[in-house]
Amino acid sequence: MIRHLLSGDRPGHPAVAALLVVMVVALAAAPWLFPGIGALNAAGRICIFAVLAGSYDILLGYTGIVSFAHVVFFGIGAYAVAYPLSLGWTGWGAVLVGAACGVTLSAAAAAAIGLLSLRVRAIFFSMITLAVASFAQLLATRLRGITGGEDGLTFSVPRVLTPAFRLLPHPLLGVRIDGRVLTFELIVVIGLVLFLLMLRIVNSPFGRVLQAIRENEFRAEALGYRTIVHRTLAGVLAAAIASLAGGLLALQLRYVGPDTTLSFATMIDILLMVVIGGMGTLYGAALGAAVIVLAQTFLQPAMQGLSDAAAGLPLLPVLVHPDRWLLWLGVLFVLIVIFFPAGIVGTLRARAAARPAVTAARDVAMDRTAVGVGRPPD
Amino acid sequence: MPDRALLRLSGVHTHIGRYHILQGVDLAVPEGGLTVLLGRNGAGKTTTLRTIMGLWRAAAGRVEFDGADITALPTPQIARLGIAYVPETMGVFAGLTVRENMRLATASGRFHAGRLDEVFDLFPALRAKWDIAAGALSGGQKQMLAIGRALVEPRRLLVIDEPTKGLAPGVIAHLTAAFQRLKQSATTVLLVEQNFAMARALGDGVAVMDDGRIVHGGGMAALAADAALQARLLGLSLASHQ
Amino acid sequence: MSSRAAWLVVPVLAALALPVMPLPTWITLTVAGAAMGMMLFLMASGLTLIFGLMDVLNFAHGGFITLGAFAAVSVFAALSGWVGAPSLTLNLLALTIAAGLSGLAGGVLGAVFERLLVRRVYGAHLRQILITVGGLIIVDQAIVALWGAEPLQLVKPATLRGSFTLGGAAIESYRMVALALGLTVYVAMQAVLTRTRLGLLVRAGVENREMVEALGFSVRRLFVGVFVAGTALAGIGGAMWAVYQEQVTPAIGGEMTIAVFTIVIIGGLGSVTGCFVAAVLVGLTANYVGFLAPQLAIGANLALMTAVLLWRPRGLFPLGAR
Repeated sequence: MIRHLLSGDRPGHPAVAALLVVMVVALAAAPWLFPGIGALNAAGRICIFAVLAGSYDILLGYTGIVSFAHVVFFGIGAYAVAYPLSLGWTGWGAVLVGAACGVTLSAAAAAAIGLLSLRVRAIFFSMITLAVASFAQLLATRLRGITGGEDGLTFSVPRVLTPAFRLLPHPLLGVRIDGRVLTFELIVVIGLVLFLLMLRIVNSPFGRVLQAIRENEFRAEALGYRTIVHRTLAGVLAAAIASLAGGLLALQLRYVGPDTTLSFATMIDILLMVVIGGMGTLYGAALGAAVIVLAQTFLQPAMQGLSDAAAGLPLLPVLVHPDRWLLWLGVLFVLIVIFFPAGIVGTLRARAAARPAVTAARDVAMDRTAVGVGRPPD
Repeated sequence: MPDRALLRLSGVHTHIGRYHILQGVDLAVPEGGLTVLLGRNGAGKTTTLRTIMGLWRAAAGRVEFDGADITALPTPQIARLGIAYVPETMGVFAGLTVRENMRLATASGRFHAGRLDEVFDLFPALRAKWDIAAGALSGGQKQMLAIGRALVEPRRLLVIDEPTKGLAPGVIAHLTAAFQRLKQSATTVLLVEQNFAMARALGDGVAVMDDGRIVHGGGMAALAADAALQARLLGLSLASHQ
Repeated sequence: MSSRAAWLVVPVLAALALPVMPLPTWITLTVAGAAMGMMLFLMASGLTLIFGLMDVLNFAHGGFITLGAFAAVSVFAALSGWVGAPSLTLNLLALTIAAGLSGLAGGVLGAVFERLLVRRVYGAHLRQILITVGGLIIVDQAIVALWGAEPLQLVKPATLRGSFTLGGAAIESYRMVALALGLTVYVAMQAVLTRTRLGLLVRAGVENREMVEALGFSVRRLFVGVFVAGTALAGIGGAMWAVYQEQVTPAIGGEMTIAVFTIVIIGGLGSVTGCFVAAVLVGLTANYVGFLAPQLAIGANLALMTAVLLWRPRGLFPLGAR
C-alpha cells in the first residue's frame, strides 16, 4: 500500500527512509512536539518549501532545466491568494478562486517561457530566466495598487484559520486547537498530497520521458518524443505546484511581500535545497528543505553566540556573524557540488546500490558532453 | 620485411559516454607509407583517429608513436610530436583568413618560404584566396586549406579523416593527385577514406575496421586483387565503386 | 551580409528617438547612453569571451563587478586628496589607479576562482551554473563581510564633476571619460584579437577549441588567461560604474548582471564587436526609455532581449561555427 502511495519510488536507503518518516511524523505532530509559534512557523515553512523545492526538482533534477524564474510562480501563487483576501473578500471562496487564478497564471507564464526556449539555446535560457525573475520582482514592487509594493499585502484569512478560532473548547493533549494549528495542519495535509502527486508524475511514463530527455535530448527526439512539448509540460506542472505552495505561504504568514516570495535569495534557497538534498530524487528536495529551514532557524542564533565569543579577534566575528550565514551556506553548496554532486539522497542511494557515488553523481549532475548531441560517433 | 611501424595501436578500447566504440584496436602504420583505414559508417574509424590524437581517451590499451607511449598525453603535446590531424569536419576556422589559418599551423608564426610554395603548388587556390576568410571558401577549397595547413610545416605523421566527403569528382581528382605528390616525400599518412578508387590508388597498406576492431590488415594490392575478400569485408567490390 | 543589418541597429534606434524629443535632450541622452554602454561593455566583454572561448557560464560575473566597485571606493577614500584636487592630472591619476587596482582585484580573484571552482566543471553546463552561483554567493557575502552591508559613497573627481554644453545640450564630463575608456578598450581588444598571435589563438579557440589543441596549443593556459582578463575587465567596469553612480551597494553587481547577460546574449556569444554594439544598444535604450516612459524602464531589457532574439535567435553578431 505504501509503495502504491509513493508511486513505486522507494527512498533507496534505510537512512533516507528513516529521515523521511521522522520528518513526516514530526511535522504532523509539530504542534504537540514543538510548542510555540516560532517552531510552528518553521515547521510550516518546511512543508511549503518541501513542495516548492520538489517542484523545482522536477525541472532541474528530472528534466535538466536550469531556471531562475521558479520563484516567480511561487510569488504569483502567493499574491493570487493574497489579493482577493486583501480586498476584504474573506472566506474560502476567495482562497479557492485566488489559488485557481494563481495556478492558471503560473501555468500560462510557464508555457510562454517554455515556448521561448524553442527559439534560443539552452544556455541562453537560464540567463533569460534570470532576467524574467528580476523583472517580476521589480514589477511586484512597482505595482503598488495590486501588490502593495515594497510593503506587500496583509490580509485576513478565513475565520477557521484565524488564531482566535477554537475548534475544540478544551486543549487536545495539551495544545489548544486554534486557527493557527488548523492552518498548520492544513498546510501539512495539502503539502503531503502535492508531494505524493509529484511522486506520481515523475514515476509515470511521462516522468521517464523527462529523464530520457535529460540524459540525451537528441536521442529522445530520435525516438520520437517531442522534447519541446515534454519540457514545456514539465515546466507548466512545476509552475502550477509552485503556485499552490505560494498560496499556502500566503495562508500561513497572512502576509505576502516581494522579499518573502520573489527574491533572488528565495530562489537561491530553493536551488540549495534541491542540490543539497539530491537532484532528481524528489525526496532530496524535501530533506533539503528541512535542512535549510532548520539551519536558518537555529544556525543563526548559534552563529550570534560564536560571533560574540570571538569579539576581540580580527576577522572572525564578522565572518561568523549571523548575517553572514549565507556565506557558509554558499561554501557548503560549493563543496557539495564538487564532492557530493548527488546530494544527500543521491549519495546514500548510491552507497546502498554499491555503486561509486561519483558515477551516480555523474548520472544526475553532469552533462553528457563527450558526444556533443549524443549521437554515437563513427 | 615490414617497414617499421611509426604508429602502433595495441588493444585500444575507447568509450564515449555509455557506448563502447573501440573494442580492442590493433593497428600498425608503417613509416613512410600511406595506410588507408576502411570500414562502413559506425565502425569506429573517426573514434580511432580521435583516440590517437588524444581528443578522446583510450580506456585501455596503448598508442605508441615512434616507440614512445602517447596514450595518455594531452592533445597539444601529441600534435607537437609532429602529428598533424585533419578531421572529418576539416577544422578550418571560418572567421580567420586563409593566411591566419595557415599561420596557426606554424610553430613560430613564420612560414618557411619553400614549404609554403610547395603547398601552393599542390593547391594553387590557397594562394589566390590568401586574405579571404576561410568561411567564404568552397567545400573543396576548405579541404585543401585543411590539408595544406597540415603540410605547411614538416610532419612525421598525417592523420586524415575522410577528405573527399561531399566533394565534387573534379576536386576529388585534384586531391588524389595532391596526395600522390605527397607520397613522393615519404611522409607517413593514415587516411580514413570511403572513396575506394582513391583508396586503391593511394594506399600502400590497408586496414579494415568493423564494430570497433580491425578485422583485416595487409597490403592494398592484395586486397584490390581479391574481389571476394572485398565483398566480404566491405559489402561491395572496389571495382564497382566510382 | 546579414551582419551589416546588425550594425544598423544602433543608428536606427538613435534615429527613432530623435523625433520624439527635443534635440538637446536627444544629444544628452545619446551621449549618456553611449557612455553607459561603454561601462557596460567593460563589464560584459569579459563574459562574452569567457563563454565564447571556454563555453563557461559564469553566473558569478556580477561578483567581480561588485568587487571592482568596492575596491574603487576604498582607493578613492585613500586618495581623497587627489580626487578632490582641482587638477585634471591628479584626478585622472586617481581614477586610473582606482580602475587599475579594481582590475587587479578582479583578475586575482578570477585566477583563484578559475583554479578552485571553474576548472573542475569545464564541459558540464549544469554544474557550471551551480558552482558559479555558489561562488557568487560566497564572493558577495565576503564583500559584505569586508565592507559592510550599508551603501558607501564616493564622489567623482573634482574636475570631472560638472558638465559642459555642446549644441545646447548638457553633457557630463565624466561620461566623456567613460566613453574614451570604453572606446580605447574596444580598440585595444580588437587590436590584440586581430594582430597578435594570442588574439589569433583566442579567435580560433572561440570557433573550435579542439582544433586549436590539435594544432599543438595548450588551450588550458589560454583559458586561464582569458578568464582572468575577463574578470579584470569586470572589475574595471565596476569601478567606473561606481564612480559614475557615486554610491555603491553590495547589490551593484547583481543589478548589472541582468544587463550584462542581456548584452552578451543579444550581442552574440564570443563576439567582442557584438558585445560592443549590444552594450551601446542597452545603454541607449535605458536612457531613451528612462526619459520617455520611466514606468516601462524595468521591462526595457527584457523587451529588448525578446525583440532581438525573435529577429536574430543567435544574437546580432553570432560566430560562425557554433
